[in-house]
Amino acid sequence: MAPQTTPEVGGMGHSIKRKEDPRFIRGKGNYVDDIQLPGMLHMDIVRSPYAHAKILAIHTEKALKVPGVLAVITGATLEQYKLHWMPTLMSDTQMVLPTDRVMYQAQEVAAVVATDRYTAADGVAAVEVDYEPLPVVIDPFKALEPGAPVLRTDKPGKKDNRIFHWEVGDRKATEKAAADADVVVREHMYIPRIHVASIETCGCIADFDRARGKLTVYMTTQAPHAIRTVFALVAGHVGLSEEKIRIVSPDIGGGFGGKVPVYPGYVIAVAASVVIGKPIKWVEDRMENLQADSFARDYHMDVELSAKKDGTMTGLRIKTLADHGYADAAANPSKFPAGLFSICTGSYDIPNAFCEVDGVYTNKPPGGIAYRCSFRVTEAVHAIERITDRLAQELKMDPAALRMKNFIAPEKFPYKSALGWEYDSGNYPAALRKAMDMIGYEALRKEQAEKRKRGELMGIGISSFTEIVGAGPSKHFDILGIKMFDSCEIRIHPTGKAIARFGTKSQGQGHETTYAQIIAEELGIPAAHVEIEEGDTDTAPYGLGTYASRSTPTAGAAGAMAARKIREKAKKIAAYLLEVSEADLVWETGKFFVKGAPQKSKTIQEIAFAAYTNHPQGMEAGLEAVNYYDPPNLTFPFGSYICVVDIDRGTGEIKIRRFVAVDDCGNIINPMIVDGQIHGGLSMGMAPALLEEISYDENGNIQGGSFMDYLVPTSMETPNWETGKTVTPSPHHPFGAKGVGESATVGAPPAIVNAAVDALSHLGVTHIEIPMTPQKVWAILKEKGVAE
Amino acid sequence: MSTHKIHVTVNGAGYDAEVESRLLLVHLLRENLRLTGTHIGCDTTHCGACTVLLDGTPVKSCTVLAVQADGREVMTVEGLEKDGKLHPIQEGFWEQHGLQCGYCTPGMMMTSFALLETNANPSEGEIRQAISGNLCRCTGYVNIVKSVQSAAAKARG
Amino acid sequence: MIPASFDYHAPKTLAEAIGLLTKYPGDAKVLSGGQSLLPLLKLRLGSAGHLVDINRVPGLEYIKEEGGFLKIGGRTRESALERSEVVKSRYPILIDTAAVIADPIVRNLATVGGNLAHGDPANDHPATMLALRAQVVATGPKGERVIPIGEFFTDLFTTALAPDEILTEIRIPAPQPRTGGAYVKLERKVGDFATAGAAVQVTLGKGGEIVRAGIGLTNAGLTPVQAEAAEKFLQGKRPDAGTIAEAARLAAQSADPSADRRGSVEYKVEMARVLTARALKKAVARAEGA
Repeated sequence: MAPQTTPEVGGMGHSIKRKEDPRFIRGKGNYVDDIQLPGMLHMDIVRSPYAHAKILAIHTEKALKVPGVLAVITGATLEQYKLHWMPTLMSDTQMVLPTDRVMYQAQEVAAVVATDRYTAADGVAAVEVDYEPLPVVIDPFKALEPGAPVLRTDKPGKKDNRIFHWEVGDRKATEKAAADADVVVREHMYIPRIHVASIETCGCIADFDRARGKLTVYMTTQAPHAIRTVFALVAGHVGLSEEKIRIVSPDIGGGFGGKVPVYPGYVIAVAASVVIGKPIKWVEDRMENLQADSFARDYHMDVELSAKKDGTMTGLRIKTLADHGYADAAANPSKFPAGLFSICTGSYDIPNAFCEVDGVYTNKPPGGIAYRCSFRVTEAVHAIERITDRLAQELKMDPAALRMKNFIAPEKFPYKSALGWEYDSGNYPAALRKAMDMIGYEALRKEQAEKRKRGELMGIGISSFTEIVGAGPSKHFDILGIKMFDSCEIRIHPTGKAIARFGTKSQGQGHETTYAQIIAEELGIPAAHVEIEEGDTDTAPYGLGTYASRSTPTAGAAGAMAARKIREKAKKIAAYLLEVSEADLVWETGKFFVKGAPQKSKTIQEIAFAAYTNHPQGMEAGLEAVNYYDPPNLTFPFGSYICVVDIDRGTGEIKIRRFVAVDDCGNIINPMIVDGQIHGGLSMGMAPALLEEISYDENGNIQGGSFMDYLVPTSMETPNWETGKTVTPSPHHPFGAKGVGESATVGAPPAIVNAAVDALSHLGVTHIEIPMTPQKVWAILKEKGVAE
Repeated sequence: MSTHKIHVTVNGAGYDAEVESRLLLVHLLRENLRLTGTHIGCDTTHCGACTVLLDGTPVKSCTVLAVQADGREVMTVEGLEKDGKLHPIQEGFWEQHGLQCGYCTPGMMMTSFALLETNANPSEGEIRQAISGNLCRCTGYVNIVKSVQSAAAKARG
Repeated sequence: MIPASFDYHAPKTLAEAIGLLTKYPGDAKVLSGGQSLLPLLKLRLGSAGHLVDINRVPGLEYIKEEGGFLKIGGRTRESALERSEVVKSRYPILIDTAAVIADPIVRNLATVGGNLAHGDPANDHPATMLALRAQVVATGPKGERVIPIGEFFTDLFTTALAPDEILTEIRIPAPQPRTGGAYVKLERKVGDFATAGAAVQVTLGKGGEIVRAGIGLTNAGLTPVQAEAAEKFLQGKRPDAGTIAEAARLAAQSADPSADRRGSVEYKVEMARVLTARALKKAVARAEGA
């Protein structure tokens, strides 16, 4: 769709340069650790080396003797204020600081407050803790066996390690479909724990101003309002009242879900500031970030797909064990303990489906959806896209042909899936065909056949995913009871410029630009003249924040709706100025003109000026509006990705030769920014497929707890991503847009796995678990007798 | 323990400081000199967010002691702009959407700046090689490569 | 990521530096590139009461051919090695090696001497220096002594350097005609230590047979490994496919790696074999072209 506005206005469809960049390219960003306040103190945290242990004693004398150390805070300190435990976003509970035992390696045990960060580090090194190690529960399957140590003894009457059981679909009908099917394929798939590792770690400055009774927290948070309300609820009993709490989310160096949870460090810093009366800064190191902050994935899935012998899918069954660590601290909408996993029927018209998820406690850090996963959609898409390829392999059908055969046809939208979602729009065949054309699919299959004769291992993998974003309609979606609307407040100034504030919070997605473009599109005010603000809870309208690709679907919609309210008032003012009735006016970007007499017009700028200088009697002055947008449905972006790999028979290394990503996120605000989201998302899809993993040995010691072993891809491991688009607007969204930030992280991993399996399928390989390390692949090559 | 009086030239301006031996150069820049454009992203010398130029050479300032910079010249991201004019590297990153959250960007730009000083027309492979010590989570590196190529073209005139 | 406190010294002469090491026995560490030392101190995994910074001592960074040797100053930066014309043209195995050490920014400070003196079998230069039959010059209070590389690595993180000695020069015999070498490293990503690495230097005789072979393995034991059996096997043989395969097999038998996230023992031993074969092929090709 070609842009409807001029480049000067910069509305939808223009790849205008980002408005937030001038400060970043000058090194003048304002990240939490850049902020220094007068009298500020520094906090550092003592952490447990044990995954499960009783705390016998915490010796603070040596630490308190270090010059510059002012305090050592322990669980006992916080217990006095009943702040030693806090609720999680899933209404579980987790410790802020322990009074009795630790439940995961790297758990916070005590906090040192000092005059500067070097002294705080010395203080931490001087704290001595006596532990009595306890039996460790690491394997989630063993955690459910009778006789396993019960971890959450803090919960009265708790006799096991179960967290929840959740299911959806028709169990019986799906069982019958499997029983009646011509072919049933099954795979066990484990998606390991990973960590999003944004380059900026988490941190805050908690600043309690005694004179004003006001707490300000500068915080790396993707959801400032929700955090404010949580603090008010959690700490209300110690006198923190919501109007006296201000959360400021300044510039954030990457969030991806990792900056949604409330980490103990924040709460301790707040408590310290309230007690000491000075600003307290806490910024974690990278190792703390990897070892203690919220993880993602850790899903053990048994996936079963039934079909007719012509490839028509008839039933999908998935049983999942979800390892949540010692507390369910995932930031899912409250009715969805397994997030939006039930999107697992994917892009296919599967008549029968059933999925169940069981959550379990283990001695690991709590979580966990904090890695660009759209509330468990990465897991769901991995399951369906892998099992689809498995079915193709079983039937000896081309995987593209099998997908085409089963896609939900374009004319079937809005489509009600067997698991209850109403997909708003989609055109899956078009996206797959485009990807196939871009990569030269048929020629690649020929090449593969020739290479196979020579013993060369080349694979082609497809992922045709459907995403589900924009949480969400108030009927079903809330976080801790707060509905998942989002908001925008716009105010037009007399000289026709504007400021707009939103309830979301960008961490690099470019809202200062894209939101301005939405308003430019609706009102014709150049995007360059629209100032966008987010993140300060004292001024921004209430919103649920930015994660799960929800901003454009919710807050972006609110922006359009607020702008339309302004246009309604502007029309009244224009009618007054032009001395016609509103019915005689026509809107054309940036102005109202009189039907049949286009020279009689008023620009939005003239109308804005009049709103303050010459508004109609009986009408309020000013030109502003606020909208709280309750989306009628989620949006369903989709895409088809195709990956080509070559496998080194000597080392087992998988080299991605090409990767084509065709995405459809409906109407696009800024194509350049969307491509940037895709590039980054693809990299975060490739990383878990090939490189990243957090695991634990049998004693609960973390493996992969620093950048030495947690392998974030560099520019050398990352291929040159090729992107394409189709555009299938959302029929219910005010400007037909869908979210897009996580599509690529969701869609990419199975494309890569499918390619690697495809390279080896002629040898009988049916599945490879991620990350597909060279050693794993080499072991398969050796087993099949084709290692160099 | 021991402290040292050092004199460091940063972006052309001389600074005197009295520092502990163990003070990291990145902290001298960020805390003592309040030049917060240089960022910290890890604790194992991997991420490169802290990259600055030491006597014209890119180094990871988290793995250099402030005392090692005594009598030497440091250039940070704040030194790229001259008299209100952006450096071609800065323009390249802006035009080609080479940044999203902006956190790795100063380090990326300093590394790229140094690359262009010795290689006025780097290929994609040479750019990827040069920035392989700088991690980015947001961009997938594609537009960073384009940014450097754009800057190179601009600098060549 | 904050080191514990230490004292810092920046001597201006080699003698002064050695004097400081003598003055604080067992409690002083040399700060050369600092790209191994400082990360250890930041994680408080190692400690030192005194850092002796040798970066102000003149005459420690150079690359020159002299007296039948390539002489590299101990404090020569890896990036300088990569840029050196004489190294590129006559010792490409050193380019192979330097290019895969850490990442390009770290290589601006990391030094060749430091890469050897740290005594880490996971570092890349040791295997290459073994293959090249290099010598290390150690300078201490009593003056210089020359240590053959085969005697330099004594244990994990331990070398033949005395606590008051500084590694001031590395000497590599200048190559005979028809000599070629290559270093091949398998790493999980740029910046990682080797899953496996093989350095091979060969000299070919008039009939195309191997008259000299040096093979070193990275991260294949507590110290860098010299694959002696494979070296001996190659003597006098033409480097055909069968010979290369057998030499690689023998080299792998010299490998004694530990299992870790990079791989199991079995995988690493097999990779030593695969990489030795690849490095040997490359070395032979370079020798034939030389």
